[in-house]
Amino acid sequence: MSKKSHILALFNDFEAAAKAIAALRESGLAGFKMRDVTLKSPIDHPECAAELGDRPVYIQLFSVLGAVLGSSLGFYAMSAAQANFLRQPRGGFPIVPIPPNMVITYELFILTAVFFTIIACYVVFALHAQKNVLYNAAISVDKIGILISTDPVALPGIRDIFTRYHALEISESS
Amino acid sequence: MTPTHDEHEVASEPRFVIKPKDINDEITWAQINEDVLSSMERPRALYWVIFFGSLGLFGWGAYCEVYQYETGLGVAALENPQVWGLYIATFIFWIGMSHSGTLLSAILLLMHADWRKPIYRFAEAMTTFSLMTAGLFVLVHLGRVWQFYYVVAYPSERWTWPNFSSPLVWDATAIGTYLTTSVIFLYFGMIPDLAICRDKATGFRRTFYRVMSVGWKGTDWQWSNFRVTYLTLACLLIPLAVSVHSIVATDFAVSQQPGWHTTSFPPYFVAGALYSGCAAIITLFIILRYTFRFEQYMTIPILEKLCKLTFAISMVWTYLNFIEYASVWYGTDPYAKQALIYRATGTYAGWWWSMNILGSIVPFALTFKVLRMSVPTMMVVSLLLNLGMWIERFMIVTPTFAHGYYPWTWVDTWWPNWVQVGIILGSFGWFTMLFMLFCKIFPSVSMYEVKEMVFHRKQARNVAVSKPAPAAQPAQS
Repeated sequence: MSKKSHILALFNDFEAAAKAIAALRESGLAGFKMRDVTLKSPIDHPECAAELGDRPVYIQLFSVLGAVLGSSLGFYAMSAAQANFLRQPRGGFPIVPIPPNMVITYELFILTAVFFTIIACYVVFALHAQKNVLYNAAISVDKIGILISTDPVALPGIRDIFTRYHALEISESS
Repeated sequence: MTPTHDEHEVASEPRFVIKPKDINDEITWAQINEDVLSSMERPRALYWVIFFGSLGLFGWGAYCEVYQYETGLGVAALENPQVWGLYIATFIFWIGMSHSGTLLSAILLLMHADWRKPIYRFAEAMTTFSLMTAGLFVLVHLGRVWQFYYVVAYPSERWTWPNFSSPLVWDATAIGTYLTTSVIFLYFGMIPDLAICRDKATGFRRTFYRVMSVGWKGTDWQWSNFRVTYLTLACLLIPLAVSVHSIVATDFAVSQQPGWHTTSFPPYFVAGALYSGCAAIITLFIILRYTFRFEQYMTIPILEKLCKLTFAISMVWTYLNFIEYASVWYGTDPYAKQALIYRATGTYAGWWWSMNILGSIVPFALTFKVLRMSVPTMMVVSLLLNLGMWIERFMIVTPTFAHGYYPWTWVDTWWPNWVQVGIILGSFGWFTMLFMLFCKIFPSVSMYEVKEMVFHRKQARNVAVSKPAPAAQPAQS
């Protein structure tokens, strides 16, 4: 497998970036795949990002997993603790008082769901952070970037497309 | 001249109706970055006045707390029946303040109210620091502060488990969860802005922001995951916020004190929390607007919307307040009824009437456009509303203890002494100091969301302009 090269082009607006992405999709360049394209922008723009194709997000699955684990383990742990506590005299109290346990379980359900959600998101950030080697600080201000990590043979064609769609700046690294 | 339009044509309305501008949509993205970042560098002189003033208050409060800790709770005039003094009343006040961030951030986010975008960040910060301040009062009001862990649901090999049936344990769990989630929500929502700070900063600040921004590059992967995560956190935060203040209300409602044993307490507390939180947001909005030169972002139309929201919530609170009075008045519990009469006519009657006037009458000032447009007037009104809501919490705690079931415990002369007042003022200093520090270190206006707001408004305007105008009316012959 050949080593990938990287090319980053900056555009003035989403419209120009979307046109360049559409041209890339239609180009049929050898060694180039749409999944190699990353859009970088100062704001979230789902419409433009949709041009890149389907990129599913699985964060909510982790939230559900966290919620289920937190509530079941929380309830189990508290009930087990209270059953132990019975060895001390507590006349008239139930072994596992359901209503108060439900209150604490509810809090644990939310807390664990929050932890799982945030951890899942950080893992996704970390996984995708490794791929992005080119960055321009103008992206955090007002420019839209298209980063492509691809086979070096596709680079000239990609550069042509970027130039044709009025990229403000093109930088490359290998 | 003969009209040229077809008489059967249906006049079409433009799809987007342009409303009064919440924000100037001609402002450039680069300008937004510049304004917010420079506000962190060079605030007005008032910033330092507020910061050092609050530091001084906090120092005084810390001295009072150390004195109380070393000498005993007696120096704070805490004795039977006034065992909580102002501490728990102020604890409820701070918990209530914390609900504003959730309201503005999470609820309005799910409702797609984009006017929240320039102001939600500081409201979230307010939530976090209010909770941290409220948490302090749990410690402050304890005689043996080193035993605070008795309210925490943790395992112990000595079997010193807390009483899981006690609302105090639920409280500790709920507040701990809410604080953790609020901090995460605040921090997570800032990540794209921290990346902007990273790109502009130098030296140790750059390292700090680089670590905090967790490798944010604004990629489509990051944005899509960020969006889903933020929405999920918002969805989780809303029921949590409601549960926290309901549980605080349960501390009172499940007790035997006359006047507290009311089923409407949880919603009443939640409405009061949202109310005081909104009033506090107006106060901080005005302070930040001036101190950090945010006139372009914290605009008068946004202030107006905040005022309308506050008025709506104040009416909910007023309704629930009167429901509480009515249920006691028409109920069968003579002790609760006597407690209500005592509040309205006894030692604390002045405070009770002040609470009702400040909480239910003063908000009507928010209904006048001419007053809503006046920043100094809104500052005064918001402070009065906050005062009213603090008195509300005072009225829940102090008169109830002063006039309980046993006549030999009745005390009509109790008043907090300087130690209590010092600690209360210290808590305001602590909150303000943390809040001001936050605004200096982190962007208190969300840059990326304001950019989105400007972008979408421009888009909407362009669409409205490009749509054909409604057909002209035929000329009268």
